[in-house]
Amino acid sequence: MRLTLNIWRQRDAASAGSMQKYELDGVSEDMSFLEMLDVLNEQLNEQGEEPVAFDSDCREGICGNCGLMINGQAHGPEVTTTCQLHMRSFKDGDDITIEPWRSDVFPVLRDLIVDRSAFDRIIQAGGYISANTGSAPDAHAAPVEKKKADRAFDVATCIACGACVAACPNGSASLFMGAKITHLGELPQGQPERYDRVVNMVGQHDAEGFGGCTNIGECTAACPKEIPLDVISQLNKDLRTALKQGR
Amino acid sequence: MASAQGTSPLNQPAQQVSDDARGYYTPGEPIVDPVAPTGPIDQRWTQRIFDNRLVNPANRRKLDIIIVGTGLAGGAAAATLGEAGYNVKSFCYQDSPRRAHSIAAQGGINAAKNYKEDGDSTFRLFYDTVKGGDYRSRESNVYRLAEVSANIIDQCVAQGVPFAREYGGLLDNRSFGGVQVSRTFYARGQTGQQLLLGAYQAMERQVAAGTVTQYTRHEMLEVIVADGKARGIVARDLVTGEIETHLADVVVLANGGYGNVFFLSTNAMGSNVTAAWRAHRKGAYMANPCYTQIHPTCIPVSGAHQSKLTLMSESLRNDGRIWVPKKAEDCDKDPRDIPEEDRDYYLERIYPAFGNLVPRDIASRQAKNMCDEGRGVGPAVTEVGPDGTEQQVRRGVYLDFADAISRMGRKAVETKYGNLFDMYARITGEDPYETPMRIYPAVHYVMGGLWVDYHLQSTIPGLFVTGEANFSDHGANRLGASALMQGLADGYFVLPNTIREYLADGPFEKIDESHPAVVEARTDVEQRIQKFLSINGTRSADSFHKQLGNIMWEYCGMERSEEGLRKAIDMIRDLKKEFWTDLRVLGTNESINQSLERAGRVADFIELGELMCIDALNRRESCGGHFRAESQTEDGEALRHDDEFAYVAAWEWTGEDGLPVLHKEDLIYTAIEMKQRSYK
Repeated sequence: MRLTLNIWRQRDAASAGSMQKYELDGVSEDMSFLEMLDVLNEQLNEQGEEPVAFDSDCREGICGNCGLMINGQAHGPEVTTTCQLHMRSFKDGDDITIEPWRSDVFPVLRDLIVDRSAFDRIIQAGGYISANTGSAPDAHAAPVEKKKADRAFDVATCIACGACVAACPNGSASLFMGAKITHLGELPQGQPERYDRVVNMVGQHDAEGFGGCTNIGECTAACPKEIPLDVISQLNKDLRTALKQGR
Repeated sequence: MASAQGTSPLNQPAQQVSDDARGYYTPGEPIVDPVAPTGPIDQRWTQRIFDNRLVNPANRRKLDIIIVGTGLAGGAAAATLGEAGYNVKSFCYQDSPRRAHSIAAQGGINAAKNYKEDGDSTFRLFYDTVKGGDYRSRESNVYRLAEVSANIIDQCVAQGVPFAREYGGLLDNRSFGGVQVSRTFYARGQTGQQLLLGAYQAMERQVAAGTVTQYTRHEMLEVIVADGKARGIVARDLVTGEIETHLADVVVLANGGYGNVFFLSTNAMGSNVTAAWRAHRKGAYMANPCYTQIHPTCIPVSGAHQSKLTLMSESLRNDGRIWVPKKAEDCDKDPRDIPEEDRDYYLERIYPAFGNLVPRDIASRQAKNMCDEGRGVGPAVTEVGPDGTEQQVRRGVYLDFADAISRMGRKAVETKYGNLFDMYARITGEDPYETPMRIYPAVHYVMGGLWVDYHLQSTIPGLFVTGEANFSDHGANRLGASALMQGLADGYFVLPNTIREYLADGPFEKIDESHPAVVEARTDVEQRIQKFLSINGTRSADSFHKQLGNIMWEYCGMERSEEGLRKAIDMIRDLKKEFWTDLRVLGTNESINQSLERAGRVADFIELGELMCIDALNRRESCGGHFRAESQTEDGEALRHDDEFAYVAAWEWTGEDGLPVLHKEDLIYTAIEMKQRSYK
């Protein structure tokens, strides 16, 4: 198929960027979206034009490194990561607009690459259980109800790609944060730090400049791992309890 | 049982008679592990933990440790050494430590917990691992791995890793990779992700505590060896292009495996050998580089645009039946229209006892044989041969669930394999409930890596190597669910207990940027980058990488022969010349430049590829993932030659124009006897 691509080009964080138009022919429906961009880049390199920079690593939907706004949707039209989106979701003659994640907290570093280090800092603020190496009791010392273990796993599958933030009209990272708070909060090992965790993570989230949640639900709709919206309810519930306790 | 073992040798050192690689290498002095433990095998590690010197907590603050890579081995080590109070600097090329490729491991992690009371033990896990590695690993290292495996599970559970559980709330186990006990812990099909996030979170906690500093989007391009010791690295900030010097008392490489030397593999796009290869060029020996693991159940290549391959869990072979048409003319038919009598269930035919469950290397090699015979299925893909000629080949075999669906019902198949079927459908656009899946082998893991001693120290003092980047534990073949085990064993429990023996002599005399070794390393890095940017040829780094991959896959892949390997070495040498004269890297150093990043990685892959072929050429035996056409039984099974090759091949770099020097480390077993395997 033949496509017209409108791609955001930006030299670096300090430069202004703009949309550029590229024509690409011979795209096969078996290509992944990123392989289509590989083909474009090979063509640009031949023409003496610098290739389009974009992030990707595992290309099997698990590392969370890739993420593009495709025709205004985070990760494009399917419920999956950009790397797992295939060109059979498009048709000959399509115009495709490709932009980096939309968020002030994720500044553009070049072309389609953004800086998501704010996510690491939210985890640093409390997204862990303090268990020094070697200090652990036997793994069977604390049984976990299967339902809770399954729920913990389901929400722990978040890949921190940032689609939730990019899709949210408020630019909130509540789904990302709620997933971690719910994961650790479901487990007995996560209880001792549960309420400090939520206060510290939310504090960091707000300090980074992410917006507040108004329950719109765009985040969960865009989430390639289908993290459910109710993790945000859990986050709010834990936060309320923490504040009542005066933390 | 085990306590009496490990006191006297059970085999003689190997005496190599054949010399296939003569002319390509120089024979060197034998190498011995200077810190190899002795005594009863089950007491060696405990004794060593005690014998290794301690570092006073007040001194730890004065000791700087550099760790390159943030996967299971690197992330776990950063967290643990940070907790202990050392100053850790952690480097990764990705935008966050959480993206390291350990995250993609699906199946699970082995541990000798014996929670199922099915006869498992530390000794049995040790035995299975040595046997699975085809008796080409060091027994002391493997025993230690089995010994600490149980602690890993405890540690991960304490961190909140959401392993699968039974209704009683206790941890579930499954059997994995052809072993007869259930010792594999798992978190659905995303065990690697959950273990990595556990290590990542532990590491981020130390970042907050100030003991670990993380440098993301940084790539190590050189190791600094000053006065005989590894004292730092030169890294490039991938955002600004700045070349930075980082100095320390010790350097740890945890940079993963080099499967991407084949271009197409299940590794991440960025996985590379550069950190290890730069260290190799500075004096670290590379061990058994030809040992590669090829996974039989991956989604086939769909065209020349293919950028990576996706693995599907091996568990599919439990219920799926593998076949190809008997007649080549049936290959483009709808498989459902091919009658039963025209199908060749070739694994069931050749290996009636194990059928579709034969080990990975056998399943892989037979799939290739079928396709080479012209009986492959799926779309014909243009293959550009290593010599540039194009041909149309169907590279796929069917993995058919029709029988399983009629036997168990669609619902049961869905419960067991639903997520894999969905993934397959998304990538191929075909519905595997309706039409058979197509699969083909792909490079998945490398057992070879930098040579290390029992303390995980390389031949450069002060340079330690952990995880897939070292050669230590898997011999010639790795068992399923053992990669995660080794990464975390090294990071959480082994390295922290061995590195202190080295650091007890520190802090070492401070060096600064004016030290000749630093100046030299920086200059080398800067000149290399300038060279890449100034060649101004016609071809992208990717195009060279693909060509290298074709050569490696054809001649140093599933089956290797003397003739093929010689041809490959010549081709790689030509490719190297072409690369350095016809590469085109646009843009500058002073910003994000992914073409420049790739050029550096491909340059190192080319040199590694040549060494892999030389290693494969020298090893005229078949063992584990290394199959030499000249060394097989009448039935086409792998044939080991313990009398000639029961050794670790440790290669020394001698310069661009020099021949590599081969140092042999004898493999002497004291607790286990070598046996030839058979799956007929």
